[in-house]
Amino acid sequence: MTDLISMTIAEARNGLANKSFTSLELTDAHLAAIEAARALNAFVLETPDKARAMARAIDARIAKGEGGPLAGIPLGIKDLFATKDVRTTACSKILGNFVPPYESTVTSQLWRDGAVMLGKLNNDEFAMGSSNETSCFGPVVNPWRREGSNTSLVPGGSSGGSASAVAALLCMGATATDTGGSIRQPAAFTATVGVKPTYGRCSRWGIVAFASSLDQAGPIARTVRDSAILMRSMAGHDPKDTTSVDRAVPDYEAAIGKSVKGMKIGIPKEYRLDGMPAEVEKLWTEGAAWLKAAGAELVEISLPHTKYALPAYYIVAPAEASSNLARYDGVRYGLRVPGGSIGEMYENTRAEGFGDEVRRRVMIGTYVLSAGYYDAYYLRAQKVRTLIKKDFEDCFAKGVNAILTPATPSAAFGVGEKGGADPVEMYLNDIFTVTVNMAGLPGIAVPAGKDVQGLPLGLQLIGRPFDEETLFSLGEVVEQAAGRFTPERWW
Amino acid sequence: MNATVKPAKLIRGVTGDWEMVIGLEVHAQVTSQSKLFSGASTEFGGEPNTHVSLVDAAMPGMLPVINEECVRQAVRTGLGLNAQINLRSVFDRKNYFYPDSPQGYQISQYKSPIVGEGVVEVELDGGHSVSIGIERLHLEQDAGKSLHDQSPTMSYVDLNRCGVALMEIVSKPDIRDAEQAKAYVTKLRSILRYLGTCDGDMEKGSLRADVNVSVRKPGGPLGTRCEIKNMNSINFIGQAIEYEARRQIEIIEDGGVIDQETRLYDPGKGETRSMRSKEEAHDYRYFPDPDLLPLEFSEAYVAGLKAELPELPDQKKARFIEGFGLSPYDASVLVAERESADFYETVLAALTDKARDGKLAANWVINELFGRLNKEGRDIAGSPVSAVQLAAIVDLIGEGTISGKIAKDLFEIVWQEGGDPRALVETRGMKQVTDLSAIEKVVDDIIAANPDKVAQAKAKPQLAGWFVGQVMKSSGGKANPQAVNDLLKAKLGI
Repeated sequence: MTDLISMTIAEARNGLANKSFTSLELTDAHLAAIEAARALNAFVLETPDKARAMARAIDARIAKGEGGPLAGIPLGIKDLFATKDVRTTACSKILGNFVPPYESTVTSQLWRDGAVMLGKLNNDEFAMGSSNETSCFGPVVNPWRREGSNTSLVPGGSSGGSASAVAALLCMGATATDTGGSIRQPAAFTATVGVKPTYGRCSRWGIVAFASSLDQAGPIARTVRDSAILMRSMAGHDPKDTTSVDRAVPDYEAAIGKSVKGMKIGIPKEYRLDGMPAEVEKLWTEGAAWLKAAGAELVEISLPHTKYALPAYYIVAPAEASSNLARYDGVRYGLRVPGGSIGEMYENTRAEGFGDEVRRRVMIGTYVLSAGYYDAYYLRAQKVRTLIKKDFEDCFAKGVNAILTPATPSAAFGVGEKGGADPVEMYLNDIFTVTVNMAGLPGIAVPAGKDVQGLPLGLQLIGRPFDEETLFSLGEVVEQAAGRFTPERWW
Repeated sequence: MNATVKPAKLIRGVTGDWEMVIGLEVHAQVTSQSKLFSGASTEFGGEPNTHVSLVDAAMPGMLPVINEECVRQAVRTGLGLNAQINLRSVFDRKNYFYPDSPQGYQISQYKSPIVGEGVVEVELDGGHSVSIGIERLHLEQDAGKSLHDQSPTMSYVDLNRCGVALMEIVSKPDIRDAEQAKAYVTKLRSILRYLGTCDGDMEKGSLRADVNVSVRKPGGPLGTRCEIKNMNSINFIGQAIEYEARRQIEIIEDGGVIDQETRLYDPGKGETRSMRSKEEAHDYRYFPDPDLLPLEFSEAYVAGLKAELPELPDQKKARFIEGFGLSPYDASVLVAERESADFYETVLAALTDKARDGKLAANWVINELFGRLNKEGRDIAGSPVSAVQLAAIVDLIGEGTISGKIAKDLFEIVWQEGGDPRALVETRGMKQVTDLSAIEKVVDDIIAANPDKVAQAKAKPQLAGWFVGQVMKSSGGKANPQAVNDLLKAKLGI
């Protein structure tokens, strides 16, 4: 059992091809692991019957030699992805028991390639959060604990369920989404690999929208290679999403092991924050040294508008969210709380259906788009966004192939520890990741070490638009040097 | 075409004359198979909620994809309005909550519309005309429909119309009275129908207008305007403007001020009433729709559409005037409706000599055919006399086979019984007599019998007309009037 669940996707792929085991066996092993790990609250919906049916079907295809790149691989799906005939809630009360009659493009591509769905994964409500504490299904628990402590830690967010489930060996990989760091920050908190692709690389069709101009789907996996394997299936042009880009999907896995010799790696000076923990700083230096040892050239670069990224992000993202979430009105689907008039029904439904953080962001977004404030907030934030993008373009124009930064300013924190009184404390988690979304670039978080309390820390690599391949090559160098990290099972 | 400027109608108040300043926002439903951002059908009159896609119903994670046909139609309309075509435009979200707006916002174009400034030439009564400026044209989604009469306690929503493409065509405040406003909408509708970009069916709501009205002392500073929403009849637009202007004048002359507000016109009572004030106006929180890229196309694309544009009313009118000597008024009547113009064109095509008889044909289409159709409340599609039949009648007149008077009888027969006019003339002996010897005998007889009249006519040649009438009468109308005239002049020596 343990053997079956601790394999990587690449290993399982070989085992399935060799007929060492079947997808059904692999799926059953994971279903058992999920059942045993309910304390983590990673899954909000387990779909064992569907999983077994899919596994049997793919076993039959494998027997006929018709597999597919992900044939028989059991995956978890973030509850933001619409799954046909399977409840999809974005972990919000307002969607209630919503069962979509359609499948998101990204997940349909995974099934096309033979993957098996184990169930739906927990996330922050509408992906708004950095700790997975805003979910209407309650917080996800990180499988990692501080040494000698049994305090429950958050797995990060918003893709906390995805990260926790992959780290705890409940699924071989998971889909996730990243609007400001929602893939990379939880990956860093759980010693998993998270990829936020270039904006437009994956279709957004069928993914519950948070902030349309920032949202991107991507994988969380246990190795860089596994994330590359998943990426190839998830990416691709979709005529149903105007913002998706019509560009051939490369064989990302082929980038693994490719020499990084001569590559120019930028180290942005503005990411050296006051009060940054020494171990984060040390890890960053160490990561740079590993890349240098592999033949890359390190250059200090400047991204001067970095300090405006977080404030600008917390204008753009809530503005779009306030409009995107207007459709949850109790009229057509999901929760409806009746009222004496249509206005009252809206108010009752949305007051009861949305949690605190979602309401806060809808209100911020409504405010910054209001007449008289639009120019001062939204328009200005968009200008900042253009400048941030230009910062990166200038570096890439000077020959920089990728940029190395810490993934997060700290390791995972305790459930309930942050953001109670001041939401900004929580927002600061995304300080290294939001710039990437604002500029629409690809980024990868790779586990790189541990802090003094034994908690994982990650490094982030930022690439040129549509050059995810370079990130996989570099990410694997870090992975090889740092080694892999697995939490000790306590659940 | 050199129409004179007709002064706008002023309204006399107790303090003197008042001038109206009017601007219109016309919502025209784009003729297309599917909706602006989804593949659902735009067909009218389906069972409720049968033409609704996942996008229209704003299901979670659904994304809009622009329908290129709607873009094409908007550009063609812009070209038809002699307007600036913007090669780059942007879709914005107009945010507001209403059950017939499932997204919680309408996708529209706010700061960067697809079409910019243009101009429409509008004909008024008596051969006058006026130029009305177009401010802009933009594309936007239509809303669904709330049904309040289906249940005593609940309202229902029909989303069939939700997401159908509309063109909002905004005029400049160039309109100065109700007649101009009505003529403007009529002309706009005509252009849209020629282009085939909107069917112009106001009863089905394919064309609706919001009317902005303010009053001022002639040439003075602009007054505060009120907007009368959702007008779906050209006559009501005229009535509403008249009422609204008088209402505003009365308030101002009584020492009051006009509140900027949205009003509704009640055709039953013939008055406008307040719907919401400026204070209650929505803050729509417009911002660019992040689900859609800016809409961009090339100069060549526009040029291609321009090259394929059909002939529009103004061009057609000019051609009718120049080619066939029609009066501007007759030409306007013919081109006002595309169907009328098409009918006339078919008549022209069937004529043996259209250069000779084109003008005659226009008279026949307008006076005989339209007159008769109007009298019987029929439209041109239901005309019992076809264009080819009418052309044959005109041919017979033009070539001198029948007189105009006989032609009217022939028209009546064709209207009632149908048939080939040329054959009817043969079988019913309606042919004009041009045999000079036969006519000469009649002329001689009448001259012989009326020596006193002969003397009078010689003194006063205009009186020869009496002889013409007598000859025509005794020939049963079949004598060729020209031949009769010539003979009489010779015999009477005048």
